[in-house]
Formats: sequence, structure tokens, C-alpha cells
Amino acid sequence: MAQEVTVGVGGAAGDGIDKTGDTFARAYARLGLHMYAYNSYQSVIRGGHIWLRIRAAEEKVYSPGDQLNAMIALNQDTIDQHAAEVNEHGVIIYNGDKLHVDESVFKPGVRAVPIPIKDLMKTVADRYGVRLDTVMQNTVLLGALIWLLQLDLETLNKMYEEIFARKGQAVISQNVDLALAGYEYAKANHPAMDYRWTYSRKSRPVLTGNETIGIGALMAGCRFYSAYPMTPASSLLHFMASHAAEYGVCVKQAEDELAVVNMAIGAGHVGVRAMCGTSGGGYALMTEAIGMAGMAEVPVVILEVQRGGPSTGLPTKTEQGDLNQVFGASQGEYPRMIVAPADLVDTYNTTVEAFQMAEKYQLPVTIISDLLLSEHNETADPEAFDFNVTIDRGELAEPNENGNGEYKRYLVTESGISPRSLPGDAGNMFVGASDEHDERSILISDVYTDPLMRIKMMQKRMRKLEGLLRNLPAPTLHGPADADITFISWGSTQGVIWDAIALLAQEGIKTNNLQIKYLVPFHTDEVATILNSCKLKVLVEQNFTGQLGRHIRAETGISPDATILKYDGEPMEPLYIVNHVKEILNGTSRNGR
Amino acid sequence: MAQVETVAEPRVELPVELFKGMVEPDWCPGCGDFGVLRALQGATAKLGIQPKDVLVVSGIGCSSNLPGFFNAYGFHSIHGRAIAVATGAALGNHGLHVVVTGGDGDGYGIGVGHFIHAMRRNLNLTYLVMDNQIYGLTTGQASPTTEIGHKTKSTPNGNIEMPLNPLALALVSGATFVARAFSGEAKHMTDVIAQAIQHKGFSLVDVFSPCVTYNKINSYAWFKERVYKLEEGEYEKTDFHGALQKAYEWGAQIPLGVVYQIDRPTYEDGDLALKQGPLAKLPLGLTAEQGAELIREFM
Ligand SMILES: Cc1ncc(C[n+]2csc(CCOP(=O)(O)OP(=O)(O)O)c2C)c(N)n1
Ligand code: SF4
Ligand SMILES: [Mg+2]
Repeated sequence: MAQEVTVGVGGAAGDGIDKTGDTFARAYARLGLHMYAYNSYQSVIRGGHIWLRIRAAEEKVYSPGDQLNAMIALNQDTIDQHAAEVNEHGVIIYNGDKLHVDESVFKPGVRAVPIPIKDLMKTVADRYGVRLDTVMQNTVLLGALIWLLQLDLETLNKMYEEIFARKGQAVISQNVDLALAGYEYAKANHPAMDYRWTYSRKSRPVLTGNETIGIGALMAGCRFYSAYPMTPASSLLHFMASHAAEYGVCVKQAEDELAVVNMAIGAGHVGVRAMCGTSGGGYALMTEAIGMAGMAEVPVVILEVQRGGPSTGLPTKTEQGDLNQVFGASQGEYPRMIVAPADLVDTYNTTVEAFQMAEKYQLPVTIISDLLLSEHNETADPEAFDFNVTIDRGELAEPNENGNGEYKRYLVTESGISPRSLPGDAGNMFVGASDEHDERSILISDVYTDPLMRIKMMQKRMRKLEGLLRNLPAPTLHGPADADITFISWGSTQGVIWDAIALLAQEGIKTNNLQIKYLVPFHTDEVATILNSCKLKVLVEQNFTGQLGRHIRAETGISPDATILKYDGEPMEPLYIVNHVKEILNGTSRNGR
Repeated sequence: MAQVETVAEPRVELPVELFKGMVEPDWCPGCGDFGVLRALQGATAKLGIQPKDVLVVSGIGCSSNLPGFFNAYGFHSIHGRAIAVATGAALGNHGLHVVVTGGDGDGYGIGVGHFIHAMRRNLNLTYLVMDNQIYGLTTGQASPTTEIGHKTKSTPNGNIEMPLNPLALALVSGATFVARAFSGEAKHMTDVIAQAIQHKGFSLVDVFSPCVTYNKINSYAWFKERVYKLEEGEYEKTDFHGALQKAYEWGAQIPLGVVYQIDRPTYEDGDLALKQGPLAKLPLGLTAEQGAELIREFM
């Protein structure tokens, strides 16, 4: 069977957990292991407890999984909170000088691996005649972990050479020696765990959804990104800001989300591919302007990274609670696209597509992600990213030196698309309008109200959705067509569902997945046809009310037979789904709440 | 602070009619906004700026209808957001002359946050506020510049809120060009707007633009009795504290003209991304090799 291990690293903010986890994940991703890492911040504990779980596997995994095989504890809280979760025959690695374990809570065969940090660090420090920062204990503990998991230590050393290349040979050697000290100490005192790894040696990047969205934006020619800091969208602001000068992107931190979205629309109006990003609270502020982009037919891409709501809610936790808000954004009816990517490669593709469709159909596109998808780290196959992007700007009007007011910005066409002119182009002047207007963009909103023109313009705008829908691939079933159960989902829950499908298959329960990516416009006929062919339809969502279920019911008249919902802020794990499926099959539950 | 040097550029004056829009203004006869429209047309004509190189952005209000009456590119956006839209447009194509027009409600009320931040950024925008001290379009409620005691539809017993001082607010927010004009002084306003457009950085022109329908107090006659032009006396417009004092002059004597002007690098000067030229004119997208390079950052 393919080998896999899940390692938990816990400690306080400032303990260097992110760096340690990143070093580990990137090092062994280079050897060809697949990684899936999720960082949860347990803000209930003072000092900000951080709990990072890294799943490393020879074969592709799609979720944080259900296991915990090894733990590195950087503080007592971590041991107290998580020691009992470590699986049978697992290990708990910690600073033996300072922390203590209560073995009575351990599962059978779990071993405590205390490391004499002070002594080991002192030996290395004396060798170099320096004082070592206490966060460097992480390197010693990582060394011990490498021994216990039977991973290759040399790979870690190479990683340190790169990470500290600019800090000089001494720092590299100190880290290498610290890791070796931990490795050797563990080797001398603790038998290794039962792992024998086969490395494919295919090197893969480790990145987050916000980073793949950022890469997608750059590839698609985004030259304007505006944002106001808000978890969990901020890491995209950081990515864009750190790449702004090199790739010629104006990155604007604005005074609020009202400014953020209106700036992006202003940039879109003058012909710049523009994007902005936020979470649910910021999106709420943006909604009036999103309707304006629909009315004035300005291309713009808006990223909504959901976190736990309502209100300030669970700022550092994951949820899929904002679908209704995104549907309901802004007064009136206007054409827009709402799309929910499912995984890393999908976020990349979705972002590129969002820019293309925004310009082709001249409308706002909302990409809806969530904290899990946007912030967890995962490996992806580099060749899965299609970097041959052909920019399609959609229909543009030819500048016309002799233009004399005959240009019609909102020309009524069969497709509903009116060729755009860009400020600065000769002859084709127009005034983009948020009021209802005629083809020349002359207002017909009050003084010159013209009901027939109003109908024409409304139909012209909404007609664009028909062409857009034809451009978007309809959803299909993942997994066996004759499954007994179909999971219906959107966004990041696809991953855990796929892992659950594999687990259920091992138990002889055949399941498949209908993942909905395009929420507006919606493939009503195709979705209805698929759902009508499914046996037991189980809606899986990370929210309280089943918002996708409501949308599907509204669009197709079809309701799910059962629901598996979760809204505690933590990502779903495969067994959560597996156990609920069993209850549903036993008839003990029709609602996974 | 540095004296501003205006290097005279040879320009070919354009006919004012070139800036006449497709639609006749539908403001009430006598509305101050007619004067602002004419002054803006006069200024762009005098400066010889082609209509295609001007973008007029507004919010919502009687005054915000101006772009529809002006021949140039425009964006008639939503209430209070004109400056934000204009900011994105100006950063997206800094080759354009971006002029923002709107009312006191639009700019000093619902949109005041954007107003302040645009000034501290010193974005290269020209902002014309048709300050009629009332909400005109919504039929006469109190605005942020309505005076204390003024009875409006929303303050039948008299306004009890202290009015905001736009010039002082602009000064303390870091505006580099602060001026006032009056619809009853057409030529003077044209001059002031022309200077504002030429100014490199954020320029505010607060215009007394009487609402003849809903503000019976701050009328043409009321202003005519009180206003005087700074240019006609000795006045040092680069002195911040002197300017602040002028901003508070209200009552029997109210100053018109350029109250403050200094030279300070603009936001556009500082943003590295804008160094290669207007973003809207740059080629789009990256090569496959650049994509692979981005991915390698994470390996
Ligand atoms: C979000 C929003 N709130 C309220 C309105 C209604 N509204 C339209 S214009 C306006 C005020 C107009 O006053 P001002 O900006 O001073 O312009 P004026 O009509 O006086 O020129 C208001 C409140 C709106 N359009 N949008
Ligand atoms: S209501 Fe007032 S501001 Fe509006 S057009 Fe009439 S006079 Fe002008
Ligand atoms: Mg007003």
C-alpha cells in the first residue's frame, strides 16, 4: 500500500511553525511526495495557538485526512490539546527539558520522544562559538522527526543550503548540524517507525490557492489589483504586492472595500485588466458597485475568500457561508459570472478564465473561494498549469479619427456584446452610465424615460449570459456512473469528498461526486439531467443551511435526499463524510447537521 | 515650501463647442451647475486638450450629471464613489486628464473617505465640487455644508450640525492645490479650473454653485455681496498656515481663487508599476517561460 504520514506541529505564534512546516513540505515535495498542509489557529488559547497539520503521501491526497501519526510539540498547550489524538504507534516529539507528557491519555503504542534540546543545542553552539536562537530548536526536533519517519536527511540539508544561502556558510552548517544532532539523538534512543518510502523524485511546487490565483492573474495580464486587508484574502495582496514592480502591476491598498472595488472598476473602464480581493465582510461593502459594473458593462474580477460568518464571525476559520450573499449582491438584475474553483490548479484556470470572460462579456466576475482553499499549502503537478494563455480582449471598437458622435457604446447586438472603446481612443467618446441608458449611453432614467428602450437594453445585457453559458463546460460526475450515492458540492469540499469516495469504495460503498463550478450562469438542463439519474443525492457543504442545495432547487426543482453540513470552522475530514454516509444508509440520519 | 513653477507650454486653443455634449443639460433654469459646465469647457478648450484625452468621472446628484453634457470620455458612477472610480482610471491610464465632478453630498458626505485619501496620496486628479450646500437631486435635504439654522426638508426646525469646511479639510488632508470659485464669476472660474487641470497632483476646486430651487439662502445675490478675489490683492498661496486662515474666512468676506498650491511628488510618480507608461497601453499577459518561473518560486 502507498505510504503516507500526517505530522502535526503545534506551538505559539512566533514559534516559527510556518517556516518549519514549509521547510519540511518543500524538502520532501522535491523527493516526489505529495503534500497537503493546513494551518489552524486556535485563537481560544492565549498567545495564539497554531496547529499545523502536514499530510505527506506517495500518492495524491486531496484533503488534510483523518490521521495524526507524529507530532512536534513546541509548547505544553500542544501536548495537552493534541496528545490524545495521535494515532496508535505514533510519536510525540518535544523539548524534554521543558515540556512533559501524560502517557495515560495516549492511544496504544504511542511513544513519547523527549529531546534534550539544551544539551544538543549547546554542543552545536560551542562548536561555532555562537549563541543560537531558541527557535532553532525546531531544526533539532525536525531532525528527530526525519529519523523516526525514516525520511532522507540529506534532502533537508540541501534545503537549508538554499534557504540560508544568503546568510552564509556558518548559518547553513549550524542548521545542518542541529538537524543531525536531533536525528542522531533519536536514532540512538528511539527505534524508527515502520515507514519505507519510495521516492518518485518528481519535484513539485508547494503553494496556496491565493498564490495560484495570483499566478493566474499575472498570466492573464492583470495590471491592477486593489484590496483592503482582510483574512483570508490578504495573502493575495501580499503576493501581488511582492510581484508588482517586476510584472508591472499597480497594486493599491485602498481606504476601504468601497474604494477597492470602485478603483478596480475605474481601471477596467480605461482598459486595464483589473481585479480586487476580499472576504465576506468586504464583499458586502462592494455590492452596490458590482451592480454598477453589470449596468455600465465594465469588466472586473472580484475574489471573495470566505471565512466563518456571520459578521466578523470566525476570522481565521473556514466556511462556505457566503454563496447567498454573492447571489444577492446589488440591487436589480444584471449579468455577472459567479464561479467557484475546487483545487489549486482549478483556482489558476478559473482566474485566467475569469479575466477572459470579464472582458469578452463585459461584466463582473466573482470568484468565490474559502479559507481552506486559499490558505492551505499543497503540492501540484507543474505541468498541470497551462501557461500558454492567449489573451482574448473581446470585441473592441476601432478608433475613428473622424468619429462624430455616432459611436454606440451600448449597441444592441444579437450576442448582447457591444464593441468597447477605451478612453484615449480617437472619436469614440462615451460616458459609462450606472443609470439606465440608450445605445449611445444617453440616460433614459427619468426625464427621458423610454420604456421600450429600457426593455431593449435590459434584454441586451442579459442576453450576454446565454453566450457566456455556452462558453463554460457543463459539470460531469466524478467517480462510477452507477454509484449508489452522489455527493453534490461546490468549492473546496471537492477534495475531502474525493478522499471519502476512496475510503467508501474500500468498504464496498460506491459513491460519486457532482461538483458545481459555475454558479451563475447555471447549467440548469445538464445538472437536472445528471441529478435525475442519481440514486441517493447527498448535499455536502461547509455551512448551516445548504446554500448550494437551495440554488439547485431554485434552478432545477430538484432537492437533495440528505445533507452533510458542517459549520464549526474546521475543514471536513474524510471520516466525517464516511460516518455520515453510514448513518444515512442506516436511516439514522437524513441530515448531517 | 517650494514656489510652484509653471512652465508655459505652447498650446493650440480649441473651440469651446468641441466640448459640447450630445445632450442639453436638464438642470433647472438658473442652476449654478451651468456655469461650471461652461467653465470646464472653456478651460479644456483654452488648454488645448483633446476630448479623447479627457475622462470626466462623477457620482450621483444634479451636479454629477455633468459628464453627460460634456464631450469627452466619462463615467457617471454611483453616489459617493466618483473619486474611487477616478483613482482606478487615473492609475490605469495616467496619460488621461481625469476630472472628477460632483456635489457636496457626493464628495463631502457619502464619499468623504475617498476624498481625504485621494488628497493625501496626491493623485493627479482635478476635483470640481458643485457646492450648493444642499441635496439637490433628492429635493432639498441638508448636506454636509448646510449652515447651522438652515431649514431644509430634513431639518424643518433648522440644521443643528456644524458644516464641514471643505477647504480646511483639503489643506489638512494634504491637497497640493486648493481653490474656490463661484458660478457668478465665469471667467475667474475658467481660469481657476484651467490652473487646477494644469496642476500636477490633486487639485480641489470648491465651487459656489447655487441651487436656485432648494437653497433659497445661499443664492447668487448672497454670494455676490460677500466674495472677493485673492488674485486682486497680495496673497502668498504657498503658505500653509496663511491658507488655513483664509479657509476659515466666512461671513462678510469670502475669498475666491487659489488658496493654496505647492509642489509635491504625485502618487503616480512613486508607483514603480507606472514607470513603463500607462498600464492600459502595455502588452498583456506573460510568456509560458515566465509562468514556469513563477511556479519555480514555490519549489
Ligand atoms: C447609495 C445611495 N444613497 C442615496 C442616494 C440618493 N441620492 C442621490 S443624489 C443624492 C444627494 C445629492 O446631493 P449632492 O451630491 O450635493 O448633489 P446635488 O444634487 O446637490 O448636485 C442622494 C442622497 C443614492 N443614489 N445612492
Ligand atoms: S435642483 Fe438645484 S442643483 Fe438640481 S438642477 Fe435644480 S437648481 Fe440645480
Ligand atoms: Mg449639493
